[in-house]
Amino acid sequence: MKTKLNNKSEVKVMTGNETAALAATLCRPDIVAAYPITPQTEVVEKLAQYHASGKLDAEIINVEGENSAMNSITAASLAGGRVFTATSSWGLVFMYDAILVTAGARAPVVMVNVNRETPGMIAVSSGQQDMISTRDCGWIFLIAEDCQEILDMVIMAYRLAEDHDIQIPVMVHYDGFYLSYMAERVEIPFQKNVDDFLSVLKQQPERTKLMPGELLGCGSHGILGGYMEMRHKHCQAMERAKGKFEQINLEFEKKFNKNYGGQVEEYKLYDADIALLASGSMCGTIKTVIDEKRKHGIKIGLLRLRMFRPFPNEKIVQALKGKKCVGVVDRSLCFGFKHGPICVELRSFLSDIGDTKILSFIDGIANTDIKKDNVKKMIDLIIAGSKGEDVPEVTWVSYDENHGGN
Amino acid sequence: MIEVRFHGRGGQGAVMASKILATAFVKIKKYGASFPMFGFERRGAPVTAFGRFSKEPIREKTQIYNPDILMVLDPSQKNSSAVFQGLVSGGIMIINYDNDPNDISHENLETIGSIDANTISIEEIGMAMPNTCLLGAFAKVTGTIDLKPVIESFKDYFQGEKLEANARCAKRGFDEVKILIKN
Repeated sequence: MKTKLNNKSEVKVMTGNETAALAATLCRPDIVAAYPITPQTEVVEKLAQYHASGKLDAEIINVEGENSAMNSITAASLAGGRVFTATSSWGLVFMYDAILVTAGARAPVVMVNVNRETPGMIAVSSGQQDMISTRDCGWIFLIAEDCQEILDMVIMAYRLAEDHDIQIPVMVHYDGFYLSYMAERVEIPFQKNVDDFLSVLKQQPERTKLMPGELLGCGSHGILGGYMEMRHKHCQAMERAKGKFEQINLEFEKKFNKNYGGQVEEYKLYDADIALLASGSMCGTIKTVIDEKRKHGIKIGLLRLRMFRPFPNEKIVQALKGKKCVGVVDRSLCFGFKHGPICVELRSFLSDIGDTKILSFIDGIANTDIKKDNVKKMIDLIIAGSKGEDVPEVTWVSYDENHGGN
Repeated sequence: MIEVRFHGRGGQGAVMASKILATAFVKIKKYGASFPMFGFERRGAPVTAFGRFSKEPIREKTQIYNPDILMVLDPSQKNSSAVFQGLVSGGIMIINYDNDPNDISHENLETIGSIDANTISIEEIGMAMPNTCLLGAFAKVTGTIDLKPVIESFKDYFQGEKLEANARCAKRGFDEVKILIKN
């Protein structure tokens, strides 16, 4: 594979979508198939543009929908290729059966998903509901905070997905609208450095491939013990992905001089009494509010989830143990539970964390902006909770329940 | 950090103007971040875009509620309450407007830079595309950035004759903008 990218790093102002397309291009995929959908469309446009200009030397399969996109690249991946696709919301659920097969076949596909509300009331708006609606599909889920991290995370995603000890597809999530359209400064790494970083994948034993003319049982052992064995191995590989991601992050730091943290990023948590647990683009805003609050002597920190599947429970316990009160911000819902989905998951190992009081905040769904004032409101509630005051377990931050009725 | 809110309609180039400005600030080794807010992409629908420009990295990923500067591409929104919402005291407005700016007022509005960017862009580009002309006016009125890096950054967005025509628009925006200081 050759590309015409120059071997020099440059700084450019790019949107999250453009960054995602460029990141994939830097990783030199063999096959790309993607179908446009708001707010991801620009990813597909840019991939087509890079392909037309010769910058992306891959085969592009024009597909009639997301389901075909995922089926095509899963097959290409099983034939040994490096593949890429991108989707969002309706597109993600339209390929739902296909992503389950991708995971079951342990095809090391990398996809970006631009977070948006799922089909519900037919809305075009931000939210992580699409991520939550597909969380048990067996993929690894990573979540980026800004454009630079989208670029770096896609590169790391290939290292993780194609690692011989892992071989699980990886979905890199970033917020639609707030990040997909955000144009900001991005440092583009040297092509050679990306090649070097990914070159270790070539040194590992070759993965099992579909080869024309060679017989390979596939899907024929999906009953009883065989199926159980594969599921068990999949779960074990998921557990291994945690440590592997930490290691990949350290190697990334050595090569590119940037360290975001591994499964989680800790921001000013070391001496904090109270904390927020959040993910995605809202974390940038939260960090600015934390800096303001710290000037007033309030010791608060942020734990940012960079990995959502597998769920980094050990890292979370380690980071949050001993905190008086923690607020979990969910940009999605867990129908049938009062608490937000990430909060529900955190509460499942609450006894490991200790006496920490946990509050659930629902915000940022349906395009609601998670403003600085919203974050301040959350922090006020966390402070009250830490003092033992009576605060609601679940707060819809931007919604007045008394006003809206039921 | 300065916060700029862009008000236009789909097709006027408000989103591109906000991106170009972010690019220009990055070119002078500062930071710029901009993003629009709309549902479906469609011509003629109101579009709002947000730009933050700073010496420090910009981490906020929220809309702008207290802008220092308003960039109004659509003159029909000149006295709209949505445009002025949250404007800080001593605020600046750069507007695509072919009339006397004295009929624009708001208690927090101190400086108006007005320019007939539609006419200028029709003369230079052959179509009403007010965005780049207003960027030239922005450089002159706000003094936050020189005209040169603004025009330099056009290279990331235009090529050939369009690049030159837009550069002329920006230059004319810089030279011809009328500045009105309100008391």
